[in-house]
Amino acid sequence: MINLNIDGINVSVPKGSTILQAAKEVGINVPTLCYHPDQSVKANCRVCVCEVEGYGLLQAACSTPAAEGMLVKTRTPKVIEARKTILELILANHPQDCLNCARNLNCELQTLAEEYFIRDIPFELRTRGYEKDISTFSIVRDPDKCILCNRCIEVCSVTQSVYALGTENRGHNAIVVPTMGKSLLDSPCVMCGQCIHACPVGAITEYEQLDEFFAALNDPNQVVVTQIAPAVRVAIAEEIGMRSGELPMDVFVAGLRQVGFDYVLHTNFTADLTIMEEGHELLDRLNNNGTLPMVTSCSPGWINFCETFYPDLLDNLSTCKSPQQMFGSLAKTYWAEKMDIDPASIYSVSIMPCTAKKYEASRPEMQDSGYQDVDLVLTTREIGRLFRMSGINFKKLAGANFDSWMGAYTGAGVIFGATGGVMEAALRTVYEVVTETELEDVNFTAVRGMEGIKEAEVDLNGTVVKVAVAHGLSNARQMMEEVKAGESPYHFIEVMACPGGCIGGGGQPITKTNADREVRIEAIYVEDENCEIRKSHDNPEVKTIYEEFLIKPLGDKSHDLLHTHYKAKNKKYL
Amino acid sequence: MAEEMRIVLRNYGKIDPLEINDYIALDGYKALEKAKAMEQALLIADVKKANLRGRGGAGFNCGQKWSFAYQAQADQKYVICNADEGEPGTYKDRLIMENDPHTLIEGMAICAYAIGATKGYIYLRGEYPFLVSTLNAAIEQASKKGFLDKFSIEVRSGAGAYVCGEETALIESIEGKRGEPRFKPPYPPAEGLWGKPTIVNNVETFANIPVIVDKGGEWYASIGAPSYPGTKVFTLTGDINNRTFFEVPTNTTIYELIYKFGGGIPAGKKFKAVQIGGTSGAFIPTELLKTPVAFDAMSEIGATTGSGAVLVLDETRDIVDVVTRIAGFFEHESCGKCAPCREGTARTHELMHKLNEGFGSSEDLELLDRLGRVMSISCLCGLGQAAPAPVLSTIKHFNADYYAKLV
Ligand SMILES: Cc1cc2nc3c(=O)[nH]c(=O)nc-3n(C[C@H](O)[C@H](O)[C@H](O)COP(=O)(O)O)c2cc1C
Ligand code: SF4
Ligand code: SF4
Ligand code: SF4
Ligand code: FES
Repeated sequence: MINLNIDGINVSVPKGSTILQAAKEVGINVPTLCYHPDQSVKANCRVCVCEVEGYGLLQAACSTPAAEGMLVKTRTPKVIEARKTILELILANHPQDCLNCARNLNCELQTLAEEYFIRDIPFELRTRGYEKDISTFSIVRDPDKCILCNRCIEVCSVTQSVYALGTENRGHNAIVVPTMGKSLLDSPCVMCGQCIHACPVGAITEYEQLDEFFAALNDPNQVVVTQIAPAVRVAIAEEIGMRSGELPMDVFVAGLRQVGFDYVLHTNFTADLTIMEEGHELLDRLNNNGTLPMVTSCSPGWINFCETFYPDLLDNLSTCKSPQQMFGSLAKTYWAEKMDIDPASIYSVSIMPCTAKKYEASRPEMQDSGYQDVDLVLTTREIGRLFRMSGINFKKLAGANFDSWMGAYTGAGVIFGATGGVMEAALRTVYEVVTETELEDVNFTAVRGMEGIKEAEVDLNGTVVKVAVAHGLSNARQMMEEVKAGESPYHFIEVMACPGGCIGGGGQPITKTNADREVRIEAIYVEDENCEIRKSHDNPEVKTIYEEFLIKPLGDKSHDLLHTHYKAKNKKYL
Repeated sequence: MAEEMRIVLRNYGKIDPLEINDYIALDGYKALEKAKAMEQALLIADVKKANLRGRGGAGFNCGQKWSFAYQAQADQKYVICNADEGEPGTYKDRLIMENDPHTLIEGMAICAYAIGATKGYIYLRGEYPFLVSTLNAAIEQASKKGFLDKFSIEVRSGAGAYVCGEETALIESIEGKRGEPRFKPPYPPAEGLWGKPTIVNNVETFANIPVIVDKGGEWYASIGAPSYPGTKVFTLTGDINNRTFFEVPTNTTIYELIYKFGGGIPAGKKFKAVQIGGTSGAFIPTELLKTPVAFDAMSEIGATTGSGAVLVLDETRDIVDVVTRIAGFFEHESCGKCAPCREGTARTHELMHKLNEGFGSSEDLELLDRLGRVMSISCLCGLGQAAPAPVLSTIKHFNADYYAKLV
């Protein structure tokens, strides 16, 4: 242990701790901007500087190791003057735009400006005058608000191994840009939106589409139908001042009715359906020498990644559409028929934890219903805004039920929201289909949790099936490199683009740390435990749709509506 | 009065730089032989005893630096010579490399042996392309003679960024990345090039090594100022009669540099100020000219020895205008990594420009002073920390010049 003194308080910390960590131990909050607890130290914002006895220069708390006998002062006049001046410098070159900013009230820079009592900025106010980049219609970059902390660059290159962002130019002309100076759409960006979470300010946001939603809502000829993705419920609570998982599903549904959705359905239904289709696809590949390992396809950021970086391995991808797109094509066919609603009048909105889903919905091949299958994708954050705007007090709202035919779901659908969930759900079904015996324990805990790559084996009547789960694209890359080299030991791999799975998706409430992701994961498994039915093939509405419409998994209807194909992205510069 | 004393320039003009035998004839590579016969720890102890301090600007004790790298456990260590020499008005490293490349190579080889490194780099200023062939020829000759048996040296050319002279930016640049400094600690002797223990020393620092090993640390420590012993090469520019270079013991005063070696101010004009150590050096007024050029003495008056550039200004010079130009230089050379320097250098230039054009107020002057104070203690690297020195020192010593320009 290392013993030091901070602001007169003695503290012992393990060797290798920084001043910042030591200060935290004794309840002293040192301000930071570039620091991110899950990332490498950057030390570039300098707002964390402190006085350390024996040093003429101030020391950055985030990068300076605690040393034996160190005397640290975190709030001397010298320190305060430095921090204030640095903040003033940053703010003088920053749009004075908080009122109109997506990160208003949730911005690290704004918080510091408040805490440090910034009033009259003595430097001439300027902005750099860069254009916003809306090329992806999923993620919007506003370089004028960028404070060059480099957190987005690290998450994009290290966590995701996409390398879509980099720095260009020097000095005060330095700017974070899509690599090689292209638009984000032309860069290798996969639209996972992890950079949004990494960004301390409003320089990266989702492409906001609430106005389009209002237009549809106010159109008397449109029937507005919505689907909620599995990961949304646990996180939406955070947007309305509750803890993760605290908003009960039925109250959430009631809230959606309040804001005007005509029908509230559940993506969990198509998650269960995905299991039916994908599970049978796996068995088909196993039995008929199909391409293995089969890799899941429900994460559109992952699909973009595979199409960009592994165009030769697209046959390994399951042909199943994502649950969102299965829902989209069924809503305007099966459901419209059952409800006797003209599919042309259906406006299909999906509520997603994901920014890549906005892009996915706009893919030209996603029109198998004869219409645009999904008309609009709103993120969890956008729904949060809609809720706050609606003035609903959720504590007083009585619950409501999902609508029929595509609203019933199981615990297996619920866990799609967490890394390992698709795999676990698939195993629950595949095991029972193959062995025709009931699982004693439906919990496959080996594939749960935040470890980057997890693996498991299941014995299906004497055939040992090896499976693996990867989340975060650098882990996916590792899996795919093995596949490419012909060395992958697995039959089935689940990949989620985002760390933690969809609960950590780019459209979720701003997610500061991996610890936040773990809280949501826990809430997901609690919800699974509380479900009466926990296996996809037991979902009564899934049974109905196979009896009445699809006839059988991998059948003709499924082929037309629930499966898709992939195309190499041909990014020539890669 | 002090006399010129040549240690690092001992062979200047006496040998053909492209002829290793000339160097050998003047006892070249004897020190390397001697060093290799010594235990590494004892060799380093002798360099420590010499109290040789880095000639690249920061003045860190060379032997101590080596001992950190020597003690670090690693499968690979590196020796890097910082030959970026980006400081305007400085050309001492060029003089050494151009006229006596073997003294540098010998110094690096001794360092490599001392710390246990097998690979070395010379990071050469991009504007010195003509030195690449000289250095490569010298390296080849030394290898052929067997002096570099367990040590190879590669010459790398910089790309013109001033900040790449900062040792960690230099390392990033060799690694093929953007030339941006790293935060310290860890320092390069612990984690440097490719994360391995690395010694970065200046050309002039290395050039001292063969002589120290040859004559012993004690001998070296007795020359010049005790806290910063030895000699230092100064390059004189600006309003001075002898615009040339001198190698002098470190207890020489600024006054002697200007009036004795430099021959004073031309055309009978009066002295106004001298900036020592390069663009980021403080401006020194007449009252402080009795200061010795040694590192600590200079620190005491808020100045630096730096690279040894000496820029003299006579009474006709507009010091606010000169500092405005310097502020422009730093705005241009900031790498942009850290906020106070990225924004601060631009704002310093903006405020200086305003004052220089006669639109500045006393509030602007105060703001400039506060900004400089903050930058000098908060910036990530030496560039941003030193950039305000010309501003702060002139506000302090030449306040009247600023007041004359206020609205
Ligand atoms: C902006 C900046 C530029 C520098 N440029 C040089 C340079 O051109 N040459 C040099 O030797 N040291 C330069 N330095 C100092 C180096 O960082 C480092 O201290 C030096 O190479 C160490 O060698 P020494 O101990 O032999 O002086 C620079 C430092 C800074 C902050
Ligand atoms: S990024 Fe933060 S500081 Fe900047 S305008 Fe938005 S809320 Fe305000
Ligand atoms: S866009 Fe955001 S995360 Fe990226 S460097 Fe700028 S401020 Fe940091
Ligand atoms: S002080 Fe200036 S040059 Fe040094 S890291 Fe900061 S921005 Fe770059
Ligand atoms: S938080 Fe320490 S420098 Fe940014």
